Amino acid sequence: MKRNAPLVLSFIAGLVMILAFFFESQTLTVAENEIQNYGVILAAFALGIASVNLIQVHARNISRGTTLERVYSAILIVSLVGMALVGITKGQNHPTFQFWFNAIMAPSQSTVWALGAFYIASAAFRAFKIKNVDSTVLLISAAIVMLGGVPIGEAIWGGFPGFSKWINDIPNMAGMRGMMIGAGIGAIGAGVRMLLGIERSYLGRSE
Amino acid sequence: MVQGRVFTFWLLVLFIGITLYSMQRAKSGKPVKVRRLPALDAIDEAIGRSTEMGRPIHYTPGLAAVTGLDAPQTLAAISILSYVSKLAAQFDVRLIVTIRQPEVYPLALETVREAYQVSDKIDKFVPTDIRYLSNQQFAYAAAASGIIVREKVAANFMLGAFWAENLMLAEVGTQVDAFQISGTASLGQVPLFVATTDYFLIGEELYAASAYLSQDPVQLGSVYGQDICKMLAAALLVIGVLGTALGSNFFIDLLSR
Repeated sequence: MKRNAPLVLSFIAGLVMILAFFFESQTLTVAENEIQNYGVILAAFALGIASVNLIQVHARNISRGTTLERVYSAILIVSLVGMALVGITKGQNHPTFQFWFNAIMAPSQSTVWALGAFYIASAAFRAFKIKNVDSTVLLISAAIVMLGGVPIGEAIWGGFPGFSKWINDIPNMAGMRGMMIGAGIGAIGAGVRMLLGIERSYLGRSE
Repeated sequence: MVQGRVFTFWLLVLFIGITLYSMQRAKSGKPVKVRRLPALDAIDEAIGRSTEMGRPIHYTPGLAAVTGLDAPQTLAAISILSYVSKLAAQFDVRLIVTIRQPEVYPLALETVREAYQVSDKIDKFVPTDIRYLSNQQFAYAAAASGIIVREKVAANFMLGAFWAENLMLAEVGTQVDAFQISGTASLGQVPLFVATTDYFLIGEELYAASAYLSQDPVQLGSVYGQDICKMLAAALLVIGVLGTALGSNFFIDLLSR
């Protein structure tokens, strides 16, 4: 029962979602909405459990970590509890909540995202080397695509933007679509194995 | 039936039928050979490296939840986590799993706990090494990068659905000289992983991983069925291209039914 109940529930939920996608039926629509609502409720409980884990890890850092770990973990816990309290008691539109989000969270996210440019540069520096035919083709096509996307490329040769667009639209798109078809069919196969209970390792059981 | 989905429905039924037939065929004793997947063969090497160096392993099952279009990638990543955590338990290597989505956290926790239990190493299981970081994309990336650098991981597994932050995780792993294995069906991120990690699983290879690692004949049979479905899809593509080139709208009408 303990082993089979999750499998039966998964099968029923999966079957309802698939049938609701293809068939117009009030019963299926209601069942689909209910399952989605259950998912939202489960996610909310999971957020609570995950938050407890987060606090446990950082509370341990505060009690046993280095000076820096204590400082950063304390900032995290104060921010977590503070924003949660403000959001719950005053609402998300309260000026304090909005300030913390707009002045701290959003700029922090943008900053980390902006670091991606430097990571792309370092990855390109390591990856674009002439070692064999494949890497040479990669280097040449990457150079053409990069030059086609900046004004200086068009200033060097007017054909770069068109050539860059051709690379993106034809060979790159062909490769992407091939992978997309393979991945889609792979997802169907994985879905069939999971819904039928043949693959159960995601449940933490190997048998 | 919903207008515009009739053909898709019957195609799905056909694909499922082919997959079930292949699984049954494999179950009845006809062996299925799956080509080598170097990324999965390298898992043992990565864990061996971590054991020798005495440094931990970092594992991330991606940034997606267990609902939505990217859920199969997350579940596939959790399946591979089961294998990795069993090996980590057997070789007494510390395994740090970082999670972005809260609903993935209980799955990952239970998967790793079960792996330690099966390996008779439950006393070595550290629940706080399975860490929920943040459900904000770049907050997660920053926190995971910090863990990779501070813990100086010897092996970095990045499997599942990713978006823009995968490059950061991979580059940070390179900075600490970690052995990196990645896998995703998020097509926009495939080139970034290919350029920055040592081994990678592209698209369907991620979904076939569980079957490959278990070597279960029935699961391998489903992978064989997937290949037949791919050939069928390719045949439909050729028919559609030829038909459209010759001026026939039959295929387009069929797809839009």
